Amino acid sequence: MNAKRKDFVATVMINLIVAAVVGILVFLLTYILVAGLPHVSWTFLTGTTDAFSGAGGIGVQLFNSFYLLVLTMLISIPISLGAGIYLAEYAKDNWRTSLIRSAIEVLSSLPSVVVGLFGFLLFVVKFKIGFSVISGAIALTFFNLPLLTRNIEESLSAVSSSQREAGLSLGLSKWKTEIGIILPVALPGIVTGVVLSAGRVFGEAAALIYTAGQSAPVTNFADWNPMNADSPLNPLRPAETLAVHIWKINTEGLATNAAALSAAASAVLIIAVLLFNLSARLLGNYLYRRVTASK
Amino acid sequence: MEQTNFQLKKQDAQSNEWSARLHHATRATREDWMGRGISYLCIGVIILVVASMLWFITSKGLATFTQNHVNVWQFLTGTNWSPDTGHIGAAPMIVGSFAVTFAAAIVATPFAVGTAIFMTEISPNKGRKLLQPVIELLVGIPSVVYGFIGLAVVVPFMRHLVGGSGFGIISATFVLFVMVLPTITSMTVDSLRAVPRHYKEASLALGATRWQTVSRVILRSATPGILTAIIFGMARAFGEALAVQMVIGNAAVMPKNLISAASTLTSQLTSGIGDTIDGTLPNNALWSLALILLLMSLFFNALVRVIAKRGQLKHER
Repeated sequence: MNAKRKDFVATVMINLIVAAVVGILVFLLTYILVAGLPHVSWTFLTGTTDAFSGAGGIGVQLFNSFYLLVLTMLISIPISLGAGIYLAEYAKDNWRTSLIRSAIEVLSSLPSVVVGLFGFLLFVVKFKIGFSVISGAIALTFFNLPLLTRNIEESLSAVSSSQREAGLSLGLSKWKTEIGIILPVALPGIVTGVVLSAGRVFGEAAALIYTAGQSAPVTNFADWNPMNADSPLNPLRPAETLAVHIWKINTEGLATNAAALSAAASAVLIIAVLLFNLSARLLGNYLYRRVTASK
Repeated sequence: MEQTNFQLKKQDAQSNEWSARLHHATRATREDWMGRGISYLCIGVIILVVASMLWFITSKGLATFTQNHVNVWQFLTGTNWSPDTGHIGAAPMIVGSFAVTFAAAIVATPFAVGTAIFMTEISPNKGRKLLQPVIELLVGIPSVVYGFIGLAVVVPFMRHLVGGSGFGIISATFVLFVMVLPTITSMTVDSLRAVPRHYKEASLALGATRWQTVSRVILRSATPGILTAIIFGMARAFGEALAVQMVIGNAAVMPKNLISAASTLTSQLTSGIGDTIDGTLPNNALWSLALILLLMSLFFNALVRVIAKRGQLKHER
């Protein structure tokens, strides 16, 4: 076989591989949507789950997923913003900084089940808070922090240093320069990263099984006082999310229509994650145009 | 006299005020202190989290050996896992974890490298417009959804194809293959793009075909990057819990073949930790499995560093 022929064969092979990869994605998406969407209805989206069999609607789980997401973001954005500013601005190039960077890398490479077990150990076993929204949100924060920090640091570092110098030469403090000048310029990248990580957090289940728990007690959606036991906002109630629900009905559920239920729940989950990805892109582009005044 | 005295006093007050302003921190300096404080605090929180995570899991995981006096070697090589009767041999889970990890990496690598070559060398345009979103979507699909599809599609398919229950290492491999594919692909793309342009141009100028250029020049000089990509994929496969747990069958026995029910470290942990009581042997044994997971994750991390360092040296020479 001469070189030309080999080249042709290799090209054909690579094309076949690419077709297979695209085919896998197309199959995954169509399977989920075709199997799941027919079962998605308003009563499914808002209904309550039968606690014993796991059958029924996913209203509470859907709310829990969003509630946990909001709490996680409320905790993790400020921390990773501060940490990102530290790494981009204050950190000197020495052994201490490289140690900090390795620590963040280690945290980001830990399997999410290990992060979840740590949360379980800390909040459920040691602090005795029990399976609760707040334990879940903090476990998700641990899982979210390293990626968000790295994203924020990269976005901040990408801003040209002339902007930094301009701020400092005006007599602004380093902090004011960072908050008032650099951060707005870096915002499009940061927002994209935040929304993408929101998609990841929304679909995460392994870190939540033993922190936010696997039960979704019926909550009273008329009571929005976080202090009340059956209020949806109560941070100390157990909160099974949508992703955990899918896992639960497939492994321990007794529902007779488990396959249809989980297909429908998966379809909802996939659509939510796709929306996060799409809005990350659109929002990032929009903010970029606004900040840079370019078309 | 009165007048001058007053003037002097005024001057004095003025100079006092100046010295006060010059000897004390300005608003900007105070702001800087505050900013420094805030950002140090945030990074401190992250360091604290990492340190306590390592500490807690290590101390919990070692309890099996220090409190229950289980022999480390017996734990690692024993094949009988029935913690209730005091037998804790973790070999079935260790073998299961490594088997699915390596199998998934071996299956995924050709696909990932092929896709990456397509995206960088054959059709960069289609690569950006079509394959980039495909990869991003594959990354975005949550692992429970992969698990569910594995359960609904792969397991029945395997049951028809080779018989048995359909649960087992081969089904887990299939699911993990799709999960690590985007990780390996996107990192391989990065390392192929980092190959200096003139390498490729020199090779083509010598009359090499595209495949000769790709296989002998580009892939070779991107090898450290591709290895790093594969290790990242393996780390993801090793740590993946739910998707694997849903399709592997969860039988804590040594896997006899690829189609019998088996278990991995992560699957055993997710199905077991809720049913055991804190401080007892069955519970401690599970924490030891978590410790193995942690150590493997650190090992993969270290491996990536070593490869990155060696790759750098090669380029500098």
